[in-house]
Amino acid sequence: MTGDFFGPQGKIKLIKGRCISLIGDDIDTDRIIPARFLKCVTFDSLGSAVFEDDRKDLKGKHPFDLTINKNSSILIVNSNFGCGSSREHAPQALLRWGIRAIIGESFAEIFYSNCVAIGIPCFTMDKISINKIQEMSEKGLIFDIDISKAEARTSESKFKLEIKSSSRNMFLSGEWDATSTLLNNSDLIEEKIKQLPYVQLNEDFSK
Amino acid sequence: MSQYTLFDKVWDLHKVADLPGGSSQIFIGLHLIHEVTSPQAFGALKDKNLNVKFPSRTVATVDHIVPTDNQSRPFKDILAEQMIDTLEKNCADHKIRFFNIGSGSQGIVHVVAPELGLTQPGMTIACGDSHTSTHGAFGSIAFGIGTSQVRDVLASQTLAMNKLKVRKIFCKNKLTDGVYAKDLVLHIINQLGVKAGVGFAYEFAGPAISELSMEERMTICNMSIEGGARCGYINPDETTFDYIKEKKCSPKNQNWHLAVKWWKSLVSEENAIYDDEIIIDAAKVEPTVTWGITPGQSVGINQKIPELNDLNKDDQFIAGEAYEYMGFNPGQKIKNTPIDVCFIGSCTNGRISDLRVASKIVKGNKVAPHIKAFVVPGSEKVAKEAIHEGLDEIFIQAGFQWREPGCSMCLAMNPDKLKGNQISASSSNRNFKGRQGSPNGRTLLMSPAMVAAAAISGKVCDVRDFLKK
Repeated sequence: MTGDFFGPQGKIKLIKGRCISLIGDDIDTDRIIPARFLKCVTFDSLGSAVFEDDRKDLKGKHPFDLTINKNSSILIVNSNFGCGSSREHAPQALLRWGIRAIIGESFAEIFYSNCVAIGIPCFTMDKISINKIQEMSEKGLIFDIDISKAEARTSESKFKLEIKSSSRNMFLSGEWDATSTLLNNSDLIEEKIKQLPYVQLNEDFSK
Repeated sequence: MSQYTLFDKVWDLHKVADLPGGSSQIFIGLHLIHEVTSPQAFGALKDKNLNVKFPSRTVATVDHIVPTDNQSRPFKDILAEQMIDTLEKNCADHKIRFFNIGSGSQGIVHVVAPELGLTQPGMTIACGDSHTSTHGAFGSIAFGIGTSQVRDVLASQTLAMNKLKVRKIFCKNKLTDGVYAKDLVLHIINQLGVKAGVGFAYEFAGPAISELSMEERMTICNMSIEGGARCGYINPDETTFDYIKEKKCSPKNQNWHLAVKWWKSLVSEENAIYDDEIIIDAAKVEPTVTWGITPGQSVGINQKIPELNDLNKDDQFIAGEAYEYMGFNPGQKIKNTPIDVCFIGSCTNGRISDLRVASKIVKGNKVAPHIKAFVVPGSEKVAKEAIHEGLDEIFIQAGFQWREPGCSMCLAMNPDKLKGNQISASSSNRNFKGRQGSPNGRTLLMSPAMVAAAAISGKVCDVRDFLKK
């Protein structure tokens, strides 16, 4: 169903790539992928539509259109990135454009969990460090991100990154692709549904 | 770490296991699906050769892509037709209940589930839609998920999650006349900011909340996500029970009494511990209107659009972007801003009580000549009830268009869109750039009563002036 596209698979430990800086707070998922592109039954064609309206508006000057950012894979953002709609189409579009990790001041909740679920680690850093990295990435910056150490390295320096320990563990073990882990507890799930009062009390629920 | 809150009780009840990585596996009592965020999830099930574990705990309807003028099939939009067709097939293949167009129960997923009695206190509810927080109005723990998580719920009826913190938002005093639940929630988001809720569930409490009807409570919880909180809830009380009673899927007879007893036991204890508590004075809330590009950028109807210096440093960048996009000047009054389009509908404010309130403002008046105004009922049931009460006629007489149920111009995935840089007065929930279908379209969020008043005046006005007449 994913066509020729190969996204992240299994354990994710190291991500190396060029940084692309996108400046702005509260960049919502409608901006990342406008609703008209949600009329699809697969995610295949979303990569080229990422930030479509913002890019048209900037006529080639949007970071996702600049030659220097071609083949970048580590996105550097500001605060509350990915707020709004729960559409997984937003991180799927970023992934298909080439993004493999995001570093920002903060992330919206559903966007963050969608990123975990599709294998895009999101890290946070304080505002001052983000601004510094954004400045550096405009001149060309390559990061080696080590997920277990939660740090980003260049040839000269090291930056400490923050990541929720549960997310970090999921990337390192491959359990970010959660379905099989969840199904390992099938017996417990069967037991749980029997314990729920509303399941017992709702004879009309399935009408 | 919160304790003894409704959130804690419902979370603990639904916890299946602690997962190796440190998150929890949570059982999902009710899973709602629609045409936009489910096709890839069913596709992934197929790829992984998995079945739907408990088909009776998933319920489907179609809302986002449906046209509201002509719903005959096939839809004119081939992509929209493909999406509804895919949902029909997936539901049939997996034996999932599907409330399709014409069933009498189709509509916006967050309108439909409560009116069927599917939404009940103490449940965990998930849906591939951020406004799933709506269902928290009943004292359920309800939150939006993405498509991969839809896949996980279909396959296992569970999700891997981290427990949220709980913030109590105590709304003291009461709302004044002409001020509605929408104004209160816009005010709360303005006060706390659009990202304050990240990592939190919001518990809305206090006298201003207790006196709200269930539909108004849904408006409040619906917009929790606009304040960054994935989940918002209100402790269940008699208002809740009265609403659920005798609904199609609610508990009946002896089970009803057992259910009410159980629901009462879920309410946050008096000695509950919260991670944070804040107080909002509901009496001070004015009819509230957004002026910018986030739902937090709002002002009372008699206030001016803030100057850069009036704002926190952190809010200044996005404010600058908002002035430019909206074409508004700092310090400009929001009142009398000319409007092009008026939209009454959405999962925030497309319920029967919303249409009743708006119809009272509209009755005997005419929509201003240059305005396109339309009403999109939240569901087939809402439409039927409104027609029974003659509300459709009131709107049509005034010059509104009366449409078929769906999400419509809240997010403009159907043909209902703004054109160019039109400004809408909208009872929906998001004023993001391009949200209503035109890349430079502009949205002013407000209560349905305020939208109705704007339609008559042709500009943003104070609905309280209409109520005095």
